[in-house]
Amino acid sequence: MAKRVRVLVGTKKGAFLIDSDAQRRDWKITGPLFGGWEIYHLTGSSADPNRLYASQSSGWFGQMIQRSDDGGETWNPVGNEFSYLGATGTHQWYDGKPHPWEFKRVWHLEPSHSDPDTVYAGVEDAAIFKTVDGGKSWAELPGLRQHGSGDRWQPGAGGMCLHTILIDPVDPQRLYVAISAAGAFRSVDGGATWTPINQGLRSQYIPDPTADVGHCVHRIALHPSRPQTLFMQKHWDVMRSDNGGDTWREVSGNLPTDFGFPIQIHAHEPETIYVVPILSDSLHYPPDGKLRVYRSRTGGEEWEALTNGLPQQDCYVNILREAMAGDQLDACGIYFGTTGGQVYASADAGDHWMAIATNLPPVLSVEVQTLG
Amino acid sequence: MIVRVALPAHLRTIARVSGEVELEVAGGCTIAGVLDALEARFPALRGTIRDHGTRERRPFIRFFVCAEDWSHHAPDSELPEPVRAGREPFLVIGAIAGG
Repeated sequence: MAKRVRVLVGTKKGAFLIDSDAQRRDWKITGPLFGGWEIYHLTGSSADPNRLYASQSSGWFGQMIQRSDDGGETWNPVGNEFSYLGATGTHQWYDGKPHPWEFKRVWHLEPSHSDPDTVYAGVEDAAIFKTVDGGKSWAELPGLRQHGSGDRWQPGAGGMCLHTILIDPVDPQRLYVAISAAGAFRSVDGGATWTPINQGLRSQYIPDPTADVGHCVHRIALHPSRPQTLFMQKHWDVMRSDNGGDTWREVSGNLPTDFGFPIQIHAHEPETIYVVPILSDSLHYPPDGKLRVYRSRTGGEEWEALTNGLPQQDCYVNILREAMAGDQLDACGIYFGTTGGQVYASADAGDHWMAIATNLPPVLSVEVQTLG
Repeated sequence: MIVRVALPAHLRTIARVSGEVELEVAGGCTIAGVLDALEARFPALRGTIRDHGTRERRPFIRFFVCAEDWSHHAPDSELPEPVRAGREPFLVIGAIAGG
């Protein structure tokens, strides 16, 4: 069967599916699905590409989880009860006072690589949940929230969210998560117990810049061929670890600014990585009004600006942490969405870009499925 | 008794209904009783009107009854005769807020 790609886009006002063949020149937009709802994440199972999950939420009506078994043609709500297990406990509030854990929404859904019914969910206030029945019921893995440092975690400006979950493709008992603003954590026993892995991070915005927790990690990524190597976009600083997170070193190199949200790895080149530099944490837009993706072919340190097809003047959008992804085609495609409602795609690893959607609501998440 | 319930548009979509819902309410015709019957008939609505754990009304949901705001009434408050008789609906409202 001829290969094709399906881009799954979550926005502040619904979800969209954007399809193309392997040429990736002509695109068809379907949507909005769940119009009017915030879709923090929309993703598919690699074990069954027709199985999709969506996190649908609303300030009025709370959290829904939607599931499709036919590639997004039809959807059904599944379980939406996310109850913390055991003593709820407290974390720090913005004023430094203890504040009880309160469920707000699901930020991220990470399906198992081998079982479409098994999915991890990262939520705000930060915790990880798991379903093994296709989303009908969700159970917290409380060892993360209760491992010992939780009372020192604090929300970032976007809330205290667990936004990234990585499953080691070789050893699925090995999990990584990232929390704003607590840092990165690792489990080697399927999520039962957890260890902070933040050694080497420096964050000037916390009282002890090298503390074991408290860092505002925006995103982490790993390549399936090298699961010991992790890349991180921190609030400030682009970092890498070559020992599964035991230690980190900065690889921001010649970036014009090392603030940003997403970080993405090329499907076939584990040392080729992408970030979108943003001017600062108080100015959430690109430097000089130019939307530039930066690519490193050396695993960091040396970066080149990718601009062909991207707006190079008067551009003041942001690219959120969940809003960048890649396909698996031989000529690797890279995709990202903006808070201005554009989705850009490159069919040649970032050398050339085209807008495949221009007027969507603000984009919260982008995922890509390579089908056929 | 049969109670009419009017839902906001997004919850009608979740419940896959197009107009008012008519519910058979067993026992006392209270706020909680109507919501229990609603959630029993449309399980997808669980958690959207009141919290799963505490059963408290979500903050941006309001209940209007016979042109009065019943949002702060106790859940076991008995609904008035026009609602019990099916002449007036029990209104679930999404508060005016947000963008």
